[in-house]
Amino acid sequence: MAVLEELREAVLTGDKDRAVEVTRLGLETSIDPQALIDDAMIPAMDEVGRRFEEEEYFVPELLLSARAMKAALELIRPLLADTGASSRGCIVIGTVKGDLHDIGKNLVSAMFEGAGFEVVDLGSDVSPEAFVAAAREKSADLVGLSALLTVTMPSMKSTIEALEAAGLRDRVKVLVGGAPLSTDYAVEIKADAYAPNATAAVRAAQELVGGRAPCR
Amino acid sequence: MTAEGAKLFEERSQRILDAVELREPDRVPFSTHWHFWPARYAGMTCREAMYEHARFDAAVRKAVLDLEPDSFALMQPGVALGPAFDEMGFRMLEWPGHGVGEDSSYQYIDREYMTADEYDDYILDPTGFFLRKYLPRVAEAFEGFAGFPDFPAFPYLGIAHSTSAFATPEMAQSFERLAAAGQKINEVFGSALPMALEMTEHGFPTVFGSFSMAPYDYIADYMRGSRGAMLDMFRHEEKMIAAIDKARAVIVRGTIERGASLPSKTVFIPLHWGLDGFMSGEQFEKFYWPSLRDLMVELIDAGMTPLILWEGDCESRLEVIGEIPAGKAIYFFERTDPFKAKAVLGDTVCLRGFVPASLLTTGKPSQVEDYCKRLIDGCAPGGGLIVDGSIGIPDDARVENVFAMRDAVWKYGQAR
Repeated sequence: MAVLEELREAVLTGDKDRAVEVTRLGLETSIDPQALIDDAMIPAMDEVGRRFEEEEYFVPELLLSARAMKAALELIRPLLADTGASSRGCIVIGTVKGDLHDIGKNLVSAMFEGAGFEVVDLGSDVSPEAFVAAAREKSADLVGLSALLTVTMPSMKSTIEALEAAGLRDRVKVLVGGAPLSTDYAVEIKADAYAPNATAAVRAAQELVGGRAPCR
Repeated sequence: MTAEGAKLFEERSQRILDAVELREPDRVPFSTHWHFWPARYAGMTCREAMYEHARFDAAVRKAVLDLEPDSFALMQPGVALGPAFDEMGFRMLEWPGHGVGEDSSYQYIDREYMTADEYDDYILDPTGFFLRKYLPRVAEAFEGFAGFPDFPAFPYLGIAHSTSAFATPEMAQSFERLAAAGQKINEVFGSALPMALEMTEHGFPTVFGSFSMAPYDYIADYMRGSRGAMLDMFRHEEKMIAAIDKARAVIVRGTIERGASLPSKTVFIPLHWGLDGFMSGEQFEKFYWPSLRDLMVELIDAGMTPLILWEGDCESRLEVIGEIPAGKAIYFFERTDPFKAKAVLGDTVCLRGFVPASLLTTGKPSQVEDYCKRLIDGCAPGGGLIVDGSIGIPDDARVENVFAMRDAVWKYGQAR
């Protein structure tokens, strides 16, 4: 099987060891690292997203594929570090202040990477100031905010207000997600979009900022 | 107990029993599961509720007397744990003043506490694994237990030899800290249980007895972490199933033993990782449901009533989860559609919950009333409905909305 096809299959089936092995083989045989991403990994993750939406895949499969993709990407990334050519845009992501839940955020973060975005993951319990600092420093195109608890939802609002006060809001789109949220709430706090799950988050990011520059 | 209190207690208990056994009660019961809401209602912060158990007892007492629920959750042992956590250096969650703000509820930390290659250890000897490996990881006070003797491996003279492990400073320090933590726990139970009896005398049954968990969640929440567990379904299928089976036997034995000393035969079982989206239907039927069903049946056979909180949306599971003895359990639903649940499970199990957390937290009393009326119209006929918030009363639910929920049940829930 051709390297690209085999890598695509490894990511799709969540076979991390095989994905790493094939990527190594590809790099040894001088396949363009960018092609490994554009022609194998991104199509594979697109297909993973499609299967998730069709309810053929569920969170465990998503996790498995994202893990395989990340492992392969780690081999490729150093080769692209200078050009940044692989990025479709720069995303800063985190779980908002007061909230320690990061499972959903981690999954969305991996799916963003799988879709070709460059991701700066700030972790959980992230203050509005930390979001602002990272968005400014990295010249982010999009900030992704996650929350699981109803009591931490107001932290989303204060983060968006902080981005506005810092004069960044017209340059940065804001995407929100998490179990207690809704489109209504996203509108109320002036976010640009709400995503109910990881693949919807990728689609929203592509619509909002697809094709932008990498992180600074 | 006063005659009035005894009469009300009898009425309310009968109302709940009718709902559980799928008969139409004299009125739809209204019950309150909750964590920090009584504290907020009494003007306390979450930190105060966790650290001042006598004040929290008073807060729960006030909430019960004012709201007059048909049953209530005795939540002190699930809330007033701050001093014990401090004494033992507990690592499995963060709590107010310790990783989260003064007025936030505590939050569980999703972490790997057992590695994938330790399944065999656990399966062979869960107690030994817990004593020597697991407990030292989850709390500082257990660190000395890393040297706990392996008694079953060395009987007879070996038992005498093994006592040397207890002569170490590490072990001595562990026992000292654990005794201090145990003292704090005794204080919490020591005032919560009499308070439950006092509420009984006022006519209010507590629905909270023992608590338990789904065997898959036991592995995912407390051992492997959610991520590890999801991967194990693919990477370590046989061992995971063997561990789930072992965990079920351990959990059932403990739940029955502990339940025997508590005032209520209801066993609260919140579920976390089996809802729609977190696994496929096939995975649910392989890894999640069989052990949970067996656990429920064993508890039912022991005379207990499982109160299962199905978090999230579980619509795709409805057909499967009806495979339990009829009229013996309560399914507490969060976001599952109540009318679909009623259509599929109405002849099998009492339904509880449903009133959305977002509505109770941000809505208006009139919206709460409308929702409850629709819920009662659709789900009360034939019996088997208990109204409550979708995950109980949210910590930050508006007071007027909680009373609106109660009033709507009183208004629309009368037998017709």
